[in-house]
Amino acid sequence: MDLRYFAWLRERIGTGHETIQTEAATVLDLIAELKTRSEAHAFAFSDLAAIRAAVDQELVDMDAPLRDAKEVAFFPPMTGG
Amino acid sequence: MDVRVQDAPFDMGAELNRFAAGVDGAGAVVSFTGIVRGVASGDLEAMEIEHYPGMTERALTQIVGDAVARWDLADALVIHRHGRLSPAAPIMMVATAARHRGDAFAAAEFLMDYLKSRAPFWKKEITRSGAQWVAAREDDENALARW
Repeated sequence: MDLRYFAWLRERIGTGHETIQTEAATVLDLIAELKTRSEAHAFAFSDLAAIRAAVDQELVDMDAPLRDAKEVAFFPPMTGG
Repeated sequence: MDVRVQDAPFDMGAELNRFAAGVDGAGAVVSFTGIVRGVASGDLEAMEIEHYPGMTERALTQIVGDAVARWDLADALVIHRHGRLSPAAPIMMVATAARHRGDAFAAAEFLMDYLKSRAPFWKKEITRSGAQWVAAREDDENALARW
């Protein structure tokens, strides 16, 4: 699975992209798994209220299933316009 | 319908003229341009805009599609820049064309409200004393409820 990070999540984790093997069933399960990868990951994911997720480039809720997801992205609330 | 995500600057006047010239039968064109605030308000040196290539275009196309389904529009345009922008530079613009102004105004506001909270862009302010990500405003999220 390809993981993408943007804005301060990317900065805290130290990379914008990583590829992992996972059996996580939902976005929340995946986050719990990622928090164990490093202190930087744990810090980046410490406040879930400040994080949004997209599965295969569609915005989803945190309890969304991953099924055959190829790409999951994490980022703060968007500030376009 | 035209959605463009680009790092190059754009000329809002030229874009609006081209847009207005291309709409047939429309009696109203509404446009909004967002520009980098600064200079007067402090020591902002630049605004950096990050986005999610691929998802950005998908999200904007979806939002424009929703607007077209909801209002009687002759055409719609969205341009949004990314990369490093100077104070006073245009960041983005939307334009809508419709037979009557009510649809054009409403659709332009709808596009802006959704673009701010649902298109994957993130702004970072670069000042002499450091850099800071712009926090999302609760008002912007609440604005979606009216649609």
